[in-house]
Amino acid sequence: MTEATGGIDFEDEGSGIVKKFMFVNRKAPYGTIYALEGLEVVLISAAFDQDVSLVFLDDGVYQIVKGQHTKAIDVKNFSPTYRALEGYDIEKLYVLKESLEERGLTVDDLLVDVQVLDAAGMAKLMAEQDVVLSF
Amino acid sequence: MLHIVNKSPFENRTLENCLRVIVHEEGAALLLTEDGVYAATKGNIAENSLKAVMGKIKVYALWPDLEARGMQDRVIDGIKLVDYGGFVDLVAEHRNNQSWL
Repeated sequence: MTEATGGIDFEDEGSGIVKKFMFVNRKAPYGTIYALEGLEVVLISAAFDQDVSLVFLDDGVYQIVKGQHTKAIDVKNFSPTYRALEGYDIEKLYVLKESLEERGLTVDDLLVDVQVLDAAGMAKLMAEQDVVLSF
Repeated sequence: MLHIVNKSPFENRTLENCLRVIVHEEGAALLLTEDGVYAATKGNIAENSLKAVMGKIKVYALWPDLEARGMQDRVIDGIKLVDYGGFVDLVAEHRNNQSWL
């Protein structure tokens, strides 16, 4: 134990068990706090060197739409943070094809690179996770 | 994988959005809780969508939530009822779970 970690023992980097973590985002960004809180947890998870995937389903795809300007509603525009995820080695971003299509969106409307999955692909990816956290 | 839906099918599209994904997963289970149990009742708006997937996935409803809402005698045939202990068993039996909040 060390004073620097507040008395908590940490495993040496790379020696811990790596689990597959999935964060499921299903809410639009500003109407509720879910999207921002979810993003905060994703950033925290980056500190633990886990196998992290982010998926955007249903209204969750609105979180990563380009061109968000929030000045007039006096709320922090957190959309640029999604672009920073790469710097935290969080590079597995997935979007449900049907969710994009029913909103009239394409991948060109999104501010990050994503893999587009159909419902079958999404079901498979979800089922193989060790931990699924929903926002 | 266990999927949990707690929203009324009349309030929003959560159940439909869940079903269209999990119908592709072999061995998937769906547990309806809280206002989600209204979907487990005969004649509700989601009855046909639920019946359509019941051959592929297992559907459960939480008995205490059905009973609290007076819906205990209207459950669609083939939906299995669980109490809180059964809820815990479902979570323990499956590799992982996802709450469709």
